[in-house]
Amino acid sequence: MTQAGVAAARFGRAASRFPDLVFRSSSRALAWLTVAVLGLLGVLLFLNSREALEKFGLGFITGTTWDPIAGIYGALPFIVGTVLSSFIAVVIATPIGLLTAIFLAELAPRRVSIPLTFTIELLAAIPSVVFGLWGVFVLGPFLSGTVEKWIVDAFGWIPIFAGPPFGVGLFAAGVILTLMILPTIVAISRDVITAVPDSQREAMLALGATRWEMITKAVLPYARSGIIGAVILGLGRALGETMAVTMVIGNRPQVPSSIFDSSQTIASQIATTFNEASLGLQTSALIGLGLILLVITMTLNVIARLLVWRVAGAPEGH
Amino acid sequence: MAVALAQSSMAARLTGARVGRRRTAVDRSMRTIAMAAAFLCAAPLVAVLFFVAAKGLSALSLDLITKPPKALGIGGGAANAVVGTLQMVPLAALIAVPVGVLGAVYVGEFAGRRSARIIRFCADVLVGVPSILIGIFVFTFLVLPFKQFNAFAGAVALAVIMIPVVMRTTEESLHLVPNALREASLALGVPVWRTVLSVVLRTGMPGILTGAMLAFARAMGETAPLLFTALGSRVVNVGDFGRPMDALPLFIYVNARQPVDALNEQAWGAAFLLLLVVLVINVAVRARSWGRRIG
Repeated sequence: MTQAGVAAARFGRAASRFPDLVFRSSSRALAWLTVAVLGLLGVLLFLNSREALEKFGLGFITGTTWDPIAGIYGALPFIVGTVLSSFIAVVIATPIGLLTAIFLAELAPRRVSIPLTFTIELLAAIPSVVFGLWGVFVLGPFLSGTVEKWIVDAFGWIPIFAGPPFGVGLFAAGVILTLMILPTIVAISRDVITAVPDSQREAMLALGATRWEMITKAVLPYARSGIIGAVILGLGRALGETMAVTMVIGNRPQVPSSIFDSSQTIASQIATTFNEASLGLQTSALIGLGLILLVITMTLNVIARLLVWRVAGAPEGH
Repeated sequence: MAVALAQSSMAARLTGARVGRRRTAVDRSMRTIAMAAAFLCAAPLVAVLFFVAAKGLSALSLDLITKPPKALGIGGGAANAVVGTLQMVPLAALIAVPVGVLGAVYVGEFAGRRSARIIRFCADVLVGVPSILIGIFVFTFLVLPFKQFNAFAGAVALAVIMIPVVMRTTEESLHLVPNALREASLALGVPVWRTVLSVVLRTGMPGILTGAMLAFARAMGETAPLLFTALGSRVVNVGDFGRPMDALPLFIYVNARQPVDALNEQAWGAAFLLLLVVLVINVAVRARSWGRRIG
C-alpha cells in the first residue's frame, strides 16, 4: 500500500510547462469521461423512463401485468425471471467454481493448473450469442432428455419442479448462465485464495492438519469475504446477461410457477421487444426495466468490489 | 507447495490412529472431488468448440463470406455481417483505445490518490454494467434524436464497452514500468509528455496491446449493444455509418431464431467464423502473456 501511495502520483504536479499542461489536462478529461459516462448512463435511463415511472409509481415494480395494448406495465414477471434464472446459476456455479478455485490454487501441480486456468479463461471469451446458439440446438435438447427428465421424475410432485421439461425455460437459462459465470467465480476466488498469506497454511499444517482441513479451516475463512465477492460478481453478470438467456428462456412474460416454465428476464424482454415498441409509454416502460436492472447490478457490483478488496487489496496494490 | 504436501502427509502418518485414517479419507476424497470439479469446469469449452466446429464447418463456404443474404427467399451468405463487423469494431477501437490509454495515463501517472480511486472504481463498475443497457444508453442520444438507427451509434456502444477494459489493463501495465526509467528520462531534460509517450507507454506497450486486443475480441462478440443502435441490415453497407449495419453476432442471433433449417445452418457457419477469430486473438494474446509469466 505504501508503494501504491508513491506510484499513485508519479509525476504529480511536476508537469508545468505548456505542452505538459495540455497533455495532462487532456488525459485528465479522458479519464473523467469514464466517470461521466457512468453518471450519464444513469441520468439518461432515468430521464427516458420518467413517463412510465411517474404513471405507475411503485406499481411499476409490483405489477404483474405487462400489456402494451392496454397500456399497463408491471415489471414483476421480469424481475422474478431475472432473479430466478440467476439464482439457479449461482446455486450450481458456486460449489463447482469454489472447488475448482481451490484445486487450481492449492492442489494442482503447475503443469495441470496452468492449462486448466487457460481453458477456463477461454470459456469467458466465448461470445454470448454463440452460447445461445449452442444452448438452443445442443444443450436444451440434451437437458430435456436427461437432467430435466430426472428432476421431473424424482421431484415432479413438488410444484416448482413440475414438468414437462422442454429444454427451453428458466432451468436451461440457469444452466447456460452457470457456464457464463463460472470463469468469473473461479478466477476471482482463485486470486483471493492465492492472496491468503502462507503463514496461515503453515500454522495449520504445523498443528497436524490434513491439506483439506488446512483449506477449510485456515484458507477459506480468511478468504471468505473475497469469495462472497466473487459469487456476487458472478451474480451481477448473470442478472445482466442478455443474448444467451434470450435465446433459451422461452420469452414468455409471466410469473413462472415451475423452474421448467418458459419465462422472461428484464434483459431478454428488452432485447426481444424494444425495437418493435412504440415510442412513448412502451419504450419508456422498457427503459424503466433497464433502470431497475442498472440499479440491481450496480449495487451488487459495488458490494462485490468492496468485499474482494478487503481480502486481495485494492487494485492499486501492485 | 511440494514441501507443504510432504508435511501434510507426514502429519497424517504421525497421527496414525483411527481418527487419523478417517481424516485422511476425507482429505483424499475431497481433493478428488475438487479435481473433478475443475475438469467439469473445462468441459463446456470443449463441448461448445466441438459443436460449433462440427456444425459450422459443414455450413462454411465461400458464399458465406462473399454473398449477402438474398433479398427474397432463403440463401446467399453473411457478407453483410462480415463487412459490418470489420467496420464497426475497428471504429470502436479507434475511439476506445486513445480514450482508454490516455485515461489510464492520467490515473497511473498524474492523478492524486483520491481521484485515481474514484476513476478506477467507476471503470470497474462500468465493466459490470450489462451490455444491453449500454445499447439503450447510446440509443437515447445517438438514435432517438435522429430517428434513425445507425452504425456510428453501434460503434460508440462498442467503444463504451471497450474503454474501461483498455483503461484497466493499460494502467496495470503502467504499474510495471520501473520508476527509474521515468526519472532517467526527466533527468535528461525530456518533458513529461514526451517521457510518458516515448518511455512509459513504449515500455508498457506489450501489456497495452494485450488489453486492446482482448477488448477488440470482446467487442466483436457483443450483440446486445448493437440491437438498438446498428440494428442489423440485410444489405452490405460499406462506409455509410449513418445507416443500419449488420454484424456477425447480430446475424447469428437473427438466423438462429428463424424456424428454417437453412438459416440455422448459416448461423452455425457465422458462429464458426466469429468464434475462430475471437479464440485466435485470445489464445495468441494470452499464450504470450502466460509465456512471460511462466518464463
